[in-house]
Amino acid sequence: MSHDHSLNPETMPHEPEKATLEGKNKFLGFWFFLGGETVLFACLFGTYLALRNSTAGGPTTNDLFGLELVFIMTILLLTSSLTSVYAMYHMKNNNFKKMQLWLGVTAVLGFAFLGCELYEFNHYIHEYEFTFRSSAFGSAFYTLVGFHGGHVTFGLLWLLALMIRNAKRGLNLYNAPKFYVFSLYWHFIDVVWVFIFTVVYLMGKVG
Amino acid sequence: MSIAATQKRGFGAVLWDYLTTVDHKKIAHLYLFGGGFFFILGGLEAMIIRIQLVRPENDFVSAGLYNEILTMHGTTMIFLAAMPLLLGLMNAVMPLQIGARDVAFPFLNSLGFWLFLFGGLILNCSWLLGGAPDAGWTSYAPLSTTSPGHGVDFYVLGLQISGAGTLIGGINFLVTIINMRAPGMTYMRMPLFSWTTFITSVLILFAFPALTIGLFLLMFDRLFGSAFFNVALGGNTIIWEHLFWIFGHPEVYILILPAFGLFSDIFSTFAKKRLFGYTAMVFATILIAFLGFMVWAHHMFTVGLGPVANSIFAIATMAIAVPTGIKIFNWLATLWGGSITINSAMLWALGFIPTFTLGGMTGVMVASVVADYQYHDTYFVVAHFHYVIVGGTVFGILAGLHYWWPKMFGRILNEKLGKIAFWIFFTGFHLTFFIQHFLGLMGMPRRYWVFLKDQGLDTGNLISTIGAFLMAIGVIIFFYNVVYTAVKGEKVPDDPWDGRTLEWATSSPPAHYNFKQTPLVRGLDPLWVEKTEGKGKMTPAEPLGDIHMPNGSILPFIMSFGLFIAGFGFIYQVNYTWAYIPLFVGMGILLGCMLIRSLKDDHGYHITKEELEREAD
Amino acid sequence: MKGWMGRFRAFFLLGSLALVLSACGKDNLTALVPKGYGAESSMDLIIISTVVMLFVFAVVMLIYVAVLLRYRKKKGQEDFIPKQVEGNKTLETIWTVIPIILLIIIAVPTVTATFDLADNSGSKDGLNIQVTGNQYWWHFNYEGQEIQTSQDLYVPVGEKIYLSMKSSDVHHSFWVPSISGKMDVLPENENKMYIEAYEEGVYWGKCTELCGPSHSLMDFKVIVVSQEEFDQWVKDMKNVNPDNQPQDAVAQEGKSLFQQNNCMSCHAIGSSPTQIGPNLTNFGDRSKIAGILDPTKENLVKWIVDPESIKPGNKMTGNYPEVSEKEAGKIAEYLMQLKPSEVTPESAGN
Repeated sequence: MSHDHSLNPETMPHEPEKATLEGKNKFLGFWFFLGGETVLFACLFGTYLALRNSTAGGPTTNDLFGLELVFIMTILLLTSSLTSVYAMYHMKNNNFKKMQLWLGVTAVLGFAFLGCELYEFNHYIHEYEFTFRSSAFGSAFYTLVGFHGGHVTFGLLWLLALMIRNAKRGLNLYNAPKFYVFSLYWHFIDVVWVFIFTVVYLMGKVG
Repeated sequence: MSIAATQKRGFGAVLWDYLTTVDHKKIAHLYLFGGGFFFILGGLEAMIIRIQLVRPENDFVSAGLYNEILTMHGTTMIFLAAMPLLLGLMNAVMPLQIGARDVAFPFLNSLGFWLFLFGGLILNCSWLLGGAPDAGWTSYAPLSTTSPGHGVDFYVLGLQISGAGTLIGGINFLVTIINMRAPGMTYMRMPLFSWTTFITSVLILFAFPALTIGLFLLMFDRLFGSAFFNVALGGNTIIWEHLFWIFGHPEVYILILPAFGLFSDIFSTFAKKRLFGYTAMVFATILIAFLGFMVWAHHMFTVGLGPVANSIFAIATMAIAVPTGIKIFNWLATLWGGSITINSAMLWALGFIPTFTLGGMTGVMVASVVADYQYHDTYFVVAHFHYVIVGGTVFGILAGLHYWWPKMFGRILNEKLGKIAFWIFFTGFHLTFFIQHFLGLMGMPRRYWVFLKDQGLDTGNLISTIGAFLMAIGVIIFFYNVVYTAVKGEKVPDDPWDGRTLEWATSSPPAHYNFKQTPLVRGLDPLWVEKTEGKGKMTPAEPLGDIHMPNGSILPFIMSFGLFIAGFGFIYQVNYTWAYIPLFVGMGILLGCMLIRSLKDDHGYHITKEELEREAD
Repeated sequence: MKGWMGRFRAFFLLGSLALVLSACGKDNLTALVPKGYGAESSMDLIIISTVVMLFVFAVVMLIYVAVLLRYRKKKGQEDFIPKQVEGNKTLETIWTVIPIILLIIIAVPTVTATFDLADNSGSKDGLNIQVTGNQYWWHFNYEGQEIQTSQDLYVPVGEKIYLSMKSSDVHHSFWVPSISGKMDVLPENENKMYIEAYEEGVYWGKCTELCGPSHSLMDFKVIVVSQEEFDQWVKDMKNVNPDNQPQDAVAQEGKSLFQQNNCMSCHAIGSSPTQIGPNLTNFGDRSKIAGILDPTKENLVKWIVDPESIKPGNKMTGNYPEVSEKEAGKIAEYLMQLKPSEVTPESAGN
């Protein structure tokens, strides 16, 4: 068993993330985890939809949201999803350096997104005095969007840990599933954001 | 590893072994031990409830304490006793039944257990720290959000932590069953217990996140000032009820389906017959699980959701009776024409049929909306859910324990004690709960600290309490049997029941790698197939070779301990600034351990072919 | 339908009477002897579903007993291997289809009754009462009548009464088993239901949603009187003048103590929007004190001096100056004399 040896083009299986039983388990287990996460966010969306008009006299969705910033954030996150696809493409071609590069770009975009979100929250709190505690709508908004933001934060920390840990030793059958599973997570976060963009911001502006 | 070898080691070594183990069989022991401990606690709480209700206007406990006890009884029995005991049986048996060497994620398996245990400990710490939660196991807001003291906070944190453990366990079982079945073990050859473990895990995966969110919202409201359930700020308390029951109803099936599975295995073994209508049984299980997600609002018929919603949920609920009925009739058909052995495992299984049928009957009755306007939140409902949960899950756990005890420990539980325990418990159970159907209709709501004089409820409550004492005696005899068996129990061969499924093809207790050579499965009831075709032994699917095993780890224990500490931080940061210290230290421990786990490669180890050959002697 | 249901119900009740204990509980509390429209609808469904389900249970038990009698392992045949049966399509179809039919038999009347009981269209012309659930007492406001009562709800017999229910704090649930099934009382929106009692009487009502330590003590009464008596009661209640002085000196002293001790800031006498505590207009007529104690002066003194010992967690404790037993006696004397109407629980006939 040559777990620790880096892969070269000859030993590289077609799908390195699923080449071992451990890898296969991780891959499948993570899909199930994302299934659970889907229910988790579905419940948050449900709560938000029930409470989005319960402003208790405070600012409403229409007062608060500006689509420009949210549009930029959407672009940032969608692009980061694309760059993580590039990274996985290079993983399958066993090009470790390029994979790291694209993962790096993903991380940068992720941090940019997070920065925008912090700015947005800060803006609401100081300009509108709209906080987590001000109304049921406030609680639901910050919880839903904040849960997503928390997922982004955790994903970025995870990504950095993976990149740094494996920087020197390159790709092997032990860490390939780890990178792959991360990319799944990142896509999931992206999909959730698309729903947030639609349900929270667009519907908040239009509906 | 034989018991003799274990006994030679010192206490410290054994303890360390269990703290770090990732072996599913040892984790099963831990689950059974933890679940058993909380079962005793929950049972004591039940006895206090029954003593308080022995006569009208009794004052054995005060009103506030009574609410704490009834809350803790429900919460403990469901989350900390029934579920862990079932998870224990699943851990002990399912990998053996499908011919796997281990589960898919041994590390997570251990983490799941420790999270459950520390979650349960946090919840019960509330007794010592100013009072337990008192808003019922359903914790309806705003009673739960306005409940003074920290009781409900302990409920939130305790369930959050142990719920995370359960979720992890569910994912683990799913992947194990999909990826790690032995060669030839197709889905439609899996024993019913493995099937129900699979379906239960699906339920866990999709139901628990709803509880997670509900608990988060409750926690934010109580500890961080949000307004989800604060009507003055536009909050809506019905959201909690929805979230709770979107979790809570599937939870009921999480409790009952594994029992269905193990009864199927037991009936088929002791009737010496193949399970009647295997395919129908599997699909009935799937159908029950599927419908289980669409009926949550039948717990909310009186909330005022309107006649349309009430009718839809009523019909969906009644529909569940069909697959459940199919199961009952298939079990009877399995027994029909068989050669039935009645021992204590079988007694529990046979006791289950009439009991559970009664519970199912009242289940259909409470689904009938307008009739439920009378049943709802009365002792009728209390009777109904004890008929299904005790009559189904608890009977199931006890049947399973008697059935698999020889496999888990190499010793057989004493038959005589087992039968005595069954008859006392069975009698006590019906004495306690049958009368409660009528108490409910005669006007006794549930969660009543006292019932008043001259309301015609005295006799019924007295009978119920007498029954409860019989149940307690039955349980005590069972626990005595466990101790007696551990000390003086009779050792048994690997296959004492003339079993049909793969777990009986290994040694008792099994070696930590389960199967020296992965068996080749040639049909449903693989061992029975080999027996009837003359060999009586499984054919190996592979030559003897090195076996890859995972390393043990103390990290799951430390991680859970970290969350345990952080839990107190979360609760007390409301009153004291210093509480941020445990909060951050605890979360730091958790994240630190996750980082270590992520960064440190863990490739496991190999048991060589030579070692395996030596152990054979 | 009602005709044969009625006869069938009588038969069924007789049967269960024999089966179960010796009674169906207390007449004015039990759901088993319906005395109102809702309770009757429920009882019809209870009977239908019980009969259908008992049939299923009987079939299951028949097979079960037969199995246990016939197929236990026999002596001398320990090695007997039964035939391994895979299944039987016909049988399996039968026990899928028959339960579906049985369930339809239950489902159809269930849905009909559900819609029937949710039909509040008559409320425009009917008697409307706002019900407020509080920890741990009930407030009733007769819409458009300027009448408020607490704990005792007076209604006329044989008429649909429309209730709009809301909670001032946590969830409660309004249940008068003899007259009707229950409906939750929530803080965020009004729930509507109607009740119709068939017979005069004093019926016990209970809270069925856990609402705190004294959840089990949150009883109330529904007093069903004849239409004439009800009209009389309404007239009397409207004529209450809270400034009327009581006749005897003790009660007069009680009244001024009542005022001095700040009782009025929570308790109203006469029509008033105040509902922090129960309205005491017809306190002297109440069938119970605090919903649970017999209406004696002793009990009332006990309550005024230390309500916590009677209803733990109630909102009165600690919100008024300490009252000595002697003072409490005087207040009690005053309160017991608040009998504005000839129509009392006794008028209801039981």
